[in-house]
Amino acid sequence: MSDHYYNADDLAKFGNIAEYQKEMGDKFFSYYGEVFKDGHLTAKEKSLIALAVAHAVQCPYCIDAYSSDAYEKGYSEQQMMEAVHVASAIKGGAVLVHGVQMMNKVKKISM
Amino acid sequence: MIKSLKVLNNPLSNADNQLAILEDKKLHSHASFKAKLVASDLYPLRANAVEILQINVGKMCNQVCKHCHVDAGPDRKEIMTMETMQLCLAVLAHSSIKIVDLTGGAPEMNPNFRWFVTEIKKLNKHIIVRCNLTIILANKKYHDLPTFFKQHDIEVVSSLPSFTKDRTDRQRGDGVFEDSIKALQMLNAVGYGVSEDNLQLNLVYNPAGAFLPPSQQALEIEFKDELFKNYGISFNNLFAITNMPISRYLDYLLSTGNYDSYMEKLVNAFNPAAIKNLMCRNTISVSWDGFLYDCDFNQMLELPVSPSNSRHLSDFNLNDLTNREIVIKQHCYGCTAGAGSSCGGEVAN
Repeated sequence: MSDHYYNADDLAKFGNIAEYQKEMGDKFFSYYGEVFKDGHLTAKEKSLIALAVAHAVQCPYCIDAYSSDAYEKGYSEQQMMEAVHVASAIKGGAVLVHGVQMMNKVKKISM
Repeated sequence: MIKSLKVLNNPLSNADNQLAILEDKKLHSHASFKAKLVASDLYPLRANAVEILQINVGKMCNQVCKHCHVDAGPDRKEIMTMETMQLCLAVLAHSSIKIVDLTGGAPEMNPNFRWFVTEIKKLNKHIIVRCNLTIILANKKYHDLPTFFKQHDIEVVSSLPSFTKDRTDRQRGDGVFEDSIKALQMLNAVGYGVSEDNLQLNLVYNPAGAFLPPSQQALEIEFKDELFKNYGISFNNLFAITNMPISRYLDYLLSTGNYDSYMEKLVNAFNPAAIKNLMCRNTISVSWDGFLYDCDFNQMLELPVSPSNSRHLSDFNLNDLTNREIVIKQHCYGCTAGAGSSCGGEVAN
């Protein structure tokens, strides 16, 4: 066992998850492949969405994978950072919008 | 402007040193290209025709691109002489070769370039010129190149790694994007790239970094949209080419710590379906001094064609060259990764 939780080499072993549950693993990767194909959104557009989501869910493997993929597909550094800001704004907004709940509660119990 | 590896006396300007790195098992433990071919029942790799003569008329260039496999630049003085061009013409006159692909360096900088083109055209061959675009703006004497190309019905193939200034200039040098756009507009103005039927203007994309090209089809759509929307530029096809891990690009990979991961990408993306249409199977590459190679990359690695009796224009033996065994090394992974790569773009479709 390694003494840390994340290892960059493990990204290449992602496919191994099917080892313990082949049917579900195979279905997942088939679905994953289908999702990222050109559709009503292009594969390039999907890559940028994936990059933003990767930051929102703070997955280091996904950030590595989709930083490369989005850059390779032609997005500029500025476009990629704007996508990260979109993730940040949504995450920040998700925190702040709960402030309304806090305000509601405080207003209810205060004089 | 940066200097060539050769002028800098960089060890990587030596072909043997490049091959030593590519074959060094301590640097990476990937399967040999030969083993991959054997496993796919594709060894030995053989040519099946000689339809294209790709002639490198010299290493002199007005640009110094970071990925250049020729290590070309203004400081390179190797130029094909008229005598060697005459040997090319003799070979063309006595063979069924249909296409002549002129490359460099900037082929237009060879002082006998226009004479050579005119003589090839008299032999009724289709001519491709790999024009770097900026040469058209580099000096007044080149401003009429679009008209010259048109008069000789030349297919123009030009590198443009991105439809943005930033990425293009990072790979090809400051100011290259702006001059490339002006040159493309000049080519459009004389009729290049505006019709499917004649005056073909094709662009070449190659990655500006340590990664493989994305889908050629998706790139072409995007390049066409962006170049037309922003600059009113049209072109016919976009060819996506993989950067070969040799010469200046190998230097870039090593100096940035990307070499191993890039080779891993190439090896993991090996696609047996790309083998059928590899350019080495129907092309002979000619160096500025008249020697013969399987491709421009083998030329730069000084790996001559296998038939020892036909390694120079003066000994050109079409029969022996047609069925020759292709000389392969680890760099060949560059042409078989993903959708494959050639001077005409993807090959596995």
